[in-house]
Amino acid sequence: MGMTEAVLLTVIAAAVPLLLAALGEVVVERAGVLNLGIEGMMAVGASCGFAAATLSGSTTVGIVAAVAAGVALSAVFALLTLGFAANQVASGLALTIMGLGLSGLIGAGFVGRTREAVGRLDVPGLTDLPAVGPLLFGHDPFVYGAAALTLGIAYFLKRSHPGLVLRSIGENHVSAHALGLPVLRVRVLAVLFGGACAGLAGAYLSLVYTPFWSPGMTAGRGWIALALVVFASWRPLRAAAGALVFGGATVLQLHAQAASLGLPSQALSALPYLATVVALVVMSIGRGRTSAVPGSLGVPFVPDR
Amino acid sequence: MATSDAPLVAMRGIVKRFGALVANDRVYLDVRRGEIHALLGENGAGKSTLVKILDGLLQPDEGDILWEGRPVALKNPDAAGRLGIGMVFQHFSLFENLTVAENIAVALPGAGGLHAVAERIADIGRSYGLTLDPGRPVWTLSAGERQRIEIVRALLRNPKLLILDEPTSVLTPQEADGLFGTLERLAASGCGLLYITHRLEEVKRLCTRATIMRAGKVVAACDPRRESVARLASLMVGADVHDVRAAAAHPVGKVRLEVRNLHLPSPDLHGTALVGAMLSVQGGEILGVAGVAGNGQSELFAALSGESLAPQPDDVLIDGAPVGREGIDARRLRNAAFVPEERLGHAAAPGFALSENVVLSRHATGGVVRNGLVSMASAKRIAGEVIRVFDVRKGGDDPAAGTLSGGNLQKFVVGREILREPGVLVVDQPTWGVDAGAAAVIRQALIDLAARGAAVVAISQDLDELFAIADRIAVLHDGRLSAALSARTATREEIGILMAGGHATDAA
Repeated sequence: MGMTEAVLLTVIAAAVPLLLAALGEVVVERAGVLNLGIEGMMAVGASCGFAAATLSGSTTVGIVAAVAAGVALSAVFALLTLGFAANQVASGLALTIMGLGLSGLIGAGFVGRTREAVGRLDVPGLTDLPAVGPLLFGHDPFVYGAAALTLGIAYFLKRSHPGLVLRSIGENHVSAHALGLPVLRVRVLAVLFGGACAGLAGAYLSLVYTPFWSPGMTAGRGWIALALVVFASWRPLRAAAGALVFGGATVLQLHAQAASLGLPSQALSALPYLATVVALVVMSIGRGRTSAVPGSLGVPFVPDR
Repeated sequence: MATSDAPLVAMRGIVKRFGALVANDRVYLDVRRGEIHALLGENGAGKSTLVKILDGLLQPDEGDILWEGRPVALKNPDAAGRLGIGMVFQHFSLFENLTVAENIAVALPGAGGLHAVAERIADIGRSYGLTLDPGRPVWTLSAGERQRIEIVRALLRNPKLLILDEPTSVLTPQEADGLFGTLERLAASGCGLLYITHRLEEVKRLCTRATIMRAGKVVAACDPRRESVARLASLMVGADVHDVRAAAAHPVGKVRLEVRNLHLPSPDLHGTALVGAMLSVQGGEILGVAGVAGNGQSELFAALSGESLAPQPDDVLIDGAPVGREGIDARRLRNAAFVPEERLGHAAAPGFALSENVVLSRHATGGVVRNGLVSMASAKRIAGEVIRVFDVRKGGDDPAAGTLSGGNLQKFVVGREILREPGVLVVDQPTWGVDAGAAAVIRQALIDLAARGAAVVAISQDLDELFAIADRIAVLHDGRLSAALSARTATREEIGILMAGGHATDAA
């Protein structure tokens, strides 16, 4: 395997957690809900996933636990913002703070323990192909899962009737309600799906990317995923492309540090976050008047009786 | 027991309260198959509340609804839809960023893919003369086309009862004629129609029965074809209709407000850009700006008030001074005043007291701010004067703006500007959604202000209003402002053609 392929593989690995979390948030925001709690749900997913996998010895159990933890935390958010029509921004920030704290508590007994990372899923014959073999067929199951999820969500939103209903609700919940569409039910399901995706992204961090748990290991990836949703104009395929760009920035700073460019390492570590800010600014300048923001995004829905 | 001669729907003793307000007070209404039944009343009479109950959007506090003779509970719009009740909304319930086909498909579960829906749209278009391009996003469409989507969507759900809430308020007279043809064909096919409006000519032409509401109660039921328009109007208003008094002959002075070839993109997504707008208003006259909603009215208002700055200083002139690059306060200091369309949130802050709302528009121009401090005593004195002169009815001494009724708040925000004796007044939708009494007061105040030498621009979608108050009428269509016609000689047909984007000569 050549140097280029090795670098590309690390880029993909860095992109997967961003993409998983961003895909969930695309669905949530397309339904008109802004959940700023991704970072917290990812952290809880990472600690629960690692704890469950270590205790049971099964990676599958770890993944299920991480997803369940993400769903549980997002259910709290759904209760606050959809059940009680609380402010979504404040509730989302609270969710992140709560999630980061909770993850430290759950993971406290597991600091310093390591386990075997999830292995690659090689395809006999194909993985050994020169050049493209390792790039296309040499990944862990999460990578294939993320790719399938991207295509699945793109198809769901663009082609299916439930997807159309979800988009309509995000576009204008007053009209949707007047047409008899179940606004709150669809939003609850979307928020729970977003929680599952964030939990899965957390599991990837603690079971595959760096197979151990340490507090704060999400390191702002939840926030990058949120920015990625805007960067991708709320479209799954663009989110995949954007995740590779942001993943690339993460890997680039590692290589830049290794190459000792004479820049302080803190400045290089800030590179992915800087790239996020620059991308958002460029996007909002370039977009001008044709916006893809869902019309009801972040607005609580309380029907008249 | 259901019988075949039971009305399609009967509402019996419906009561709906919002806090202390009784929006519907023991209302009885029935609609039969194949009839076009008019529900008449002024804004605020309770018509919209009643039909929202019928569509499952609101729950009545008391009373029963019988559907084909059987009592039913309409818990939500979905339940009403499954019975066969369809609704065409006054403010469209469309999704701007979705295509026509998507807007229709979303309400039709199990309709198959978008191609199948597009075919059904084409079918229904052929039978009812409602043509639509299924692939276009809604934000690119005119108000008339949008309404067609609403109607096609309602028809594809095979309604037995179709409710139309003020369907012609956004249509040109010619588009309205097309709609009436469609509705007559629908009624002939056995569908019951409930037609809500306050336009009496339409009712006499289209409807076979009418129920008239006033202040939440049913005050009369009649056959509109046998009543005069004046009699229907007095039933609706509860008194003889107020008329405005034309100003005494007064001299028309020099040009006080001028716009020269103004090109301005809209600040809003899906807004309408102004294209080469020209207008000039002399002191002593009222220029009316007609047009269907969404053809650039808010953009024109923003350009005149200074909320949007023009590209060049001399694109807009007030008393000869180039003000195109000046903001709203600079223009107010040149003795201009502005009343925006939206009472709550634009003209007034709902949670602020009336005196505080005086400060909001007068802080630069008159005695309420001294050395950076607000003089609440002066603000209260001015508010009191507006309240007295314009007969603003309110509860409490200095209540929050949001607690006033629409008509009283509108009198307050118009009066606040007029009492400054501005030389130029621009007002957007001066009487939108206010009762007839308040509308008459406001219209009279505009006429009197012009008679005292001010130049007045009144942007309105109500043609009757413009014919009543304006000296000249220009028409805004798709961001283009027509030349102004004399209100004395122009006909409704001429204005209607301009509203639809035709040219004045087409009418000849």
